[in-house]
Amino acid sequence: MSLTKAERTTILSMWDKISSQADAIGTQALERLFASYPQTKTYFPHFDLHPGSPHLHMHGTKVVAALGDAVKSIDNIAGALAKLSELHAYILRVDPVNFKLLSHCLLVTVASHFPADFTADAHTAWDKFLSIVSSVLTEKYR
Amino acid sequence: MVHFSPEEKAAVTSLWGKVNVEEAGGEALGRLLVVYPWTQRFFDNFGNLSSASAIMGNPKVKAHGKKVLTSFGEAIKNMDNLKGTFAKLSELHCDKLHVDPENFRLLGNVLVIILASHFGKEFTPDVQAAWQKLVAGVATALAHKYH
Repeated sequence: MSLTKAERTTILSMWDKISSQADAIGTQALERLFASYPQTKTYFPHFDLHPGSPHLHMHGTKVVAALGDAVKSIDNIAGALAKLSELHAYILRVDPVNFKLLSHCLLVTVASHFPADFTADAHTAWDKFLSIVSSVLTEKYR
Repeated sequence: MVHFSPEEKAAVTSLWGKVNVEEAGGEALGRLLVVYPWTQRFFDNFGNLSSASAIMGNPKVKAHGKKVLTSFGEAIKNMDNLKGTFAKLSELHCDKLHVDPENFRLLGNVLVIILASHFGKEFTPDVQAAWQKLVAGVATALAHKYH
């Protein structure tokens, strides 16, 4: 599964809007993840996960920045995220099922912030993109 | 059996009251078919599904989407007994329609995304969490009679 030219264009054009609210979007996606899927909190025993916590803000920003790296190298996401892929495989070892959960929460957040832009085609492009990012991040697991 | 707190029930029903079932149903089913094109396998007789705009404008998709979401409305009236509410539909989806239950989970998540885009800020993390519980409960109920 790879992105079509049209899908790449969609993602690139939406990214400016998304990155202008990167912090809010990253933070909110994580809030949604922890609210809907409390089991995901088990990966963050060292964080204060209450809404408004600086940990959430910091980590949300980090996550969206990494997505930005992938967008900027959309033709070579594996290359852009190689280090993160190793981090997840050898250190973090987040169970692969959780990438789908976070991807879903990112889509929900983007849809709620940019409903007019989040057409069915844009939805497809983003779903695919996040799916590719998730594959890259779990690629070295075994 | 899924248990919904009074707050969760309130979160679901208050939002549901503002949903245009016909529109949202068509949108949810349409998006399912666009974003996950393999789901089109169940709808060979629906006519033109060749592009996102064809799908979203397709009258059969809209009609069927309305049917599906209306049934969802029944779930909301019976949140304490989803399995009972969907027993017959579960048999139908297994024995006659042969639908992999994974599709119920996909549609549930698409519905959540549509609600997010319609309600924006109002669709808070807590409201979403209640809806995720509901769509998961509906998916499980629909799969319950599979054999």
